Amino acid sequence: MERVPILKLGDILIISIQVDLEDQSVLALQEDLADKVVSTGARGVIIDITAVEIVDSFIGRMLATIAATSRMLDAETVVVGMRPAVAITLVELGLSLGGVRTALNLEKGVALLDHTRSAPR
Amino acid sequence: MSGDGHLLPIASNADVVAVRRQVRALAVDVGLSLVDQTKVVTAASELARNALVYAGGGRASIEIVENGVRKGLRLSFIDEGPGIPDLALALTDGWTTGSGLGLGLGGSRRLVDEFDLISAPGKGTTVTVTKWAR
Ligand SMILES: Nc1ncnc2c1ncn2[C@@H]1O[C@H](COP(=O)(O)OP(=O)(O)O)[C@@H](O)[C@H]1O
Ligand SMILES: [Mg+2]
Repeated sequence: MERVPILKLGDILIISIQVDLEDQSVLALQEDLADKVVSTGARGVIIDITAVEIVDSFIGRMLATIAATSRMLDAETVVVGMRPAVAITLVELGLSLGGVRTALNLEKGVALLDHTRSAPR
Repeated sequence: MSGDGHLLPIASNADVVAVRRQVRALAVDVGLSLVDQTKVVTAASELARNALVYAGGGRASIEIVENGVRKGLRLSFIDEGPGIPDLALALTDGWTTGSGLGLGLGGSRRLVDEFDLISAPGKGTTVTVTKWAR
């Protein structure tokens, strides 16, 4: 089973998914990340899926679950780098990921989080 | 129909990953567009996972098919699990007996050109899908 590394940059956690993950690894990532949000006090989470070739309902649910869990732990999540073919497929699959914020790339994702945190809550 | 058949076991999460990889490789071979490759691999992932989760495993058969000048990919997911009592219900978006999102069957049907679901209680389940190159 692959373990996805979680990087910390200031108060942001960055996860870059580089391999085709087994379902077990996806579940492990959800748990690792929730632990890490709490242990680091991170205020933002970025999930970089630039290298991800497909998002099926299992990965889609992971993205939504991470966003919801992190929000409950006071961190905002942004998914960055979704490929156009993946976006088209996800919508047709029936998953619109309404509760998940997205940005086109890592830089824009960081800017979005900075903006969110400087705005009054 | 060419003799390009591949039979893959679905007995573990790693096998589901292997099915995705093999479907992708053959989707490229038959000349599916990037979007269509993505759609058919996503459908394969859903259907292979269903065989693993609901039937304890099964197998995937992947073949290249031809219809005049068009080529396509035909995938079958075959298991000898408990079967599905109500097919229409199982195809309904959001309906699940597990902990999924209930989008695997209905979503897969939308992602491919042809979709055929054969199942009955105690008789196992076979889902066959075809995606044609445009
Ligand atoms: N191969 C199968 N064998 C038995 N039941 C199945 C199989 N595939 C799907 N099902 C049933 O159909 C339901 C819907 O499947 P699906 O649309 O993939 O959504 P999910 O997997 O999220 O529940 C499942 O919850 C299960 O009850
Ligand atoms: Mg499913």
